[in-house]
Amino acid sequence: MSEVLVPYGDTRGDGMVQVSFTLPMAHSKVAEGAAAQLANKMGMDPALVVHAKPLGPDFTFFVVYGRVNHVVDPSQVVVVERDYPLLSPKEVNAAIKRRLRRRLTVVGACIGTDAHTVGIDAILNIKGFAGEKGLEYYRELKVVNLGAQVAVPQLVERARAERADVVLVSQVVTQRDAHLLNTREMSAAFRESYPSDKRPLLVVGGPRFDEKMADELGVDRIFGRGTTPGEVASFITSRLAPPRSTT
Amino acid sequence: MTGKLDLDPRTVRHARSLARKAGRPIVTMAKKHTTVSVERATLRLAGLAGADEEGTPWVNRLVDVVRADLDDQGGLEHGVALPVWDALLRGEGDDLLTLAQKAAAGTIAFRLPEGKDATRARAAARKRVDAGLRTVDARRRERERLITRHGDAPRQPWIYLIVATGDIHEDIPQAQQAAREGADVIAVIRSTGQSLLDFVPEGATREGFAGTYATQENFRLMRAALDESSKELGRYIRLTNYASGLCMPEIAALAGLERLDMMLNDSMYGILFRDINPVRTFVDQRFSRQVHARAGIIINTGEDNYLTTADAVEAAHTVTTSQLLNEYFAKEAGLEDWQLGLGHAFEIDPSIPDSFRMELAHALLAREIFPKAPLKWMPPTRHMTGDVFRGNLLDGFFNLAGALTGQGILLVGMMTEAVVTPWLSDRDVALQNVRYVLDAAGSLHEDFHPAPDGFIASRARHVLGESIALLDRIVDDGMLDAIAEGTFGLMKRPADAGRGLDGVAVKSDLYYNPASEALDAPPEAAR
Repeated sequence: MSEVLVPYGDTRGDGMVQVSFTLPMAHSKVAEGAAAQLANKMGMDPALVVHAKPLGPDFTFFVVYGRVNHVVDPSQVVVVERDYPLLSPKEVNAAIKRRLRRRLTVVGACIGTDAHTVGIDAILNIKGFAGEKGLEYYRELKVVNLGAQVAVPQLVERARAERADVVLVSQVVTQRDAHLLNTREMSAAFRESYPSDKRPLLVVGGPRFDEKMADELGVDRIFGRGTTPGEVASFITSRLAPPRSTT
Repeated sequence: MTGKLDLDPRTVRHARSLARKAGRPIVTMAKKHTTVSVERATLRLAGLAGADEEGTPWVNRLVDVVRADLDDQGGLEHGVALPVWDALLRGEGDDLLTLAQKAAAGTIAFRLPEGKDATRARAAARKRVDAGLRTVDARRRERERLITRHGDAPRQPWIYLIVATGDIHEDIPQAQQAAREGADVIAVIRSTGQSLLDFVPEGATREGFAGTYATQENFRLMRAALDESSKELGRYIRLTNYASGLCMPEIAALAGLERLDMMLNDSMYGILFRDINPVRTFVDQRFSRQVHARAGIIINTGEDNYLTTADAVEAAHTVTTSQLLNEYFAKEAGLEDWQLGLGHAFEIDPSIPDSFRMELAHALLAREIFPKAPLKWMPPTRHMTGDVFRGNLLDGFFNLAGALTGQGILLVGMMTEAVVTPWLSDRDVALQNVRYVLDAAGSLHEDFHPAPDGFIASRARHVLGESIALLDRIVDDGMLDAIAEGTFGLMKRPADAGRGLDGVAVKSDLYYNPASEALDAPPEAAR
């Protein structure tokens, strides 16, 4: 049985939310009314314009609190659930060693013109992210971090030269959908230069990706905001060094 | 506001002398080389502008042809001034533009002039390039005049705001609005790919990724718009852009010609974060800084970047080390203390106990080692999570640290860092945050005296000690080897790899470059 929910302010069922936005008009009573009207249309009723501030002569910034008349049904939500067990670095190393008997090679890069290495570094650098060490820390993983602004052909070439098992690509810049275009170009290039059963595992990450788009973009997995190195290492292990089937 | 950390002046002098020792071989190396971008910058100073139908700048066309024509005589190693002005004197073209067009069409051949021909070519080249440098001088005087007329920023730190739409015609109203809201300095972020282009795009541009291309026309348009704003607001609004990547010298020349006021210019950023060849970077960097020195431009160095890849506590001393090296390279290139916007950042993990005390220690250390430099204080980025409420609080503490430690240039932090490029309202919230802190606590530094043996002073002395140990190692290993081994920002960058290496040449005995000649001259002779 599904149970619907409404937002929680300070009482169950009160449905309270806050939003802030800017309207391109000078501050006036009419502007405040327009802000309330927008909030109404967003499903907030009653809507309380608690703050209105002129931003220069032509804009006004609003904060609105109100009761929202929509409900959410968690049973209808579709997400990519973690479909692999979370392993510690020790378990990852042991699994690779026992089941593969060789080190796994991971080649990472920011492709296209993207110069933001913060994501790839968070996953690969030994320093890691969120208290977890990066993949360089894993004894059974060989990490080749190509850094920023790597062209797709260069990435394919290095992946071949290094005999990469996994290619990890980070995309932060999303202007004009650059992250989607670059990812499609990348996956197409790998499909073209590898037989389908020899292609390395393609993993893409970035704060603005929709994790459900993996198939559409032609990659094996998309990781979104807040992904930790341990999750990536666990995923790689589950795909490339899976436990033997027990059935 | 110095003398709060009880630093031993002998220790600071020792650190400086180590930086000098580490940097001097790099300067010697830089003086022995030229690059395609140094040569192109020289042609730009001599007045060659514009691009062909495909958008390839004429300076690139001309340098490439000269290099190819002289291939069996050493290519670039003599510089392009001699062959180019020799061709002009031989009547191959009326001016540089015609010459470049004919060169591109393949209708002329360049040679290396000798004897009297060489003397005449040198004199002609010197005359043209000197005229360009005099324009740079005139732009500098113009800035001084405008600051006198409109007034300067009302207080320190200067408030530094970024615009980054990709479209210069969108950037302009945003920049003007940011100035109205209180910005003293506007920085136009470049399109992400630009640092790796081995040419400077041409004309006004409306397409860029996460930023707007640095072009001479974009510089001119934005400077003119901010001149209007300066007049409207009664204070001179400074304009910033980026002299980094493969075209540092050319962009520096364009900045001087178009009266930009500050330029990002780091001695190692291109090497570490863009994988540009170390030799190329150091040669380009020296020339670009000489141009900045002449143009009266304040440089901003990029130490904040180290802390985005390495841990801000463990790597604090690499910031100090890099600041000392940047200072040495800058002064060697003729920049003065007031032109050194040495960088550092508020990037310590806020979940670490005493993180704010450590931030204060690091910021105060920079302040006391470089008492006359307008330090560039960069906001948190790494620990901005998307929780905009927490982000706003963190930015408030960043602003407070800036006020308490007398930072010169404060890059305004946005609570939506790592979420979206700043919205109009984000900028307003951010500026409100800055104003509140500066109004409420702008003079708190007068009462702020860390205990001599307390946490802050001890931490600062500790970081300085680590920095000296690292400088010792760099002096022993040699700086190029230290970079190759991954000493800075954890990146390993060998001297014989990286982008742009094919654009580097060892100077021959015949090498002549009128710009270098003028810029290497002692300052009294230069003015």
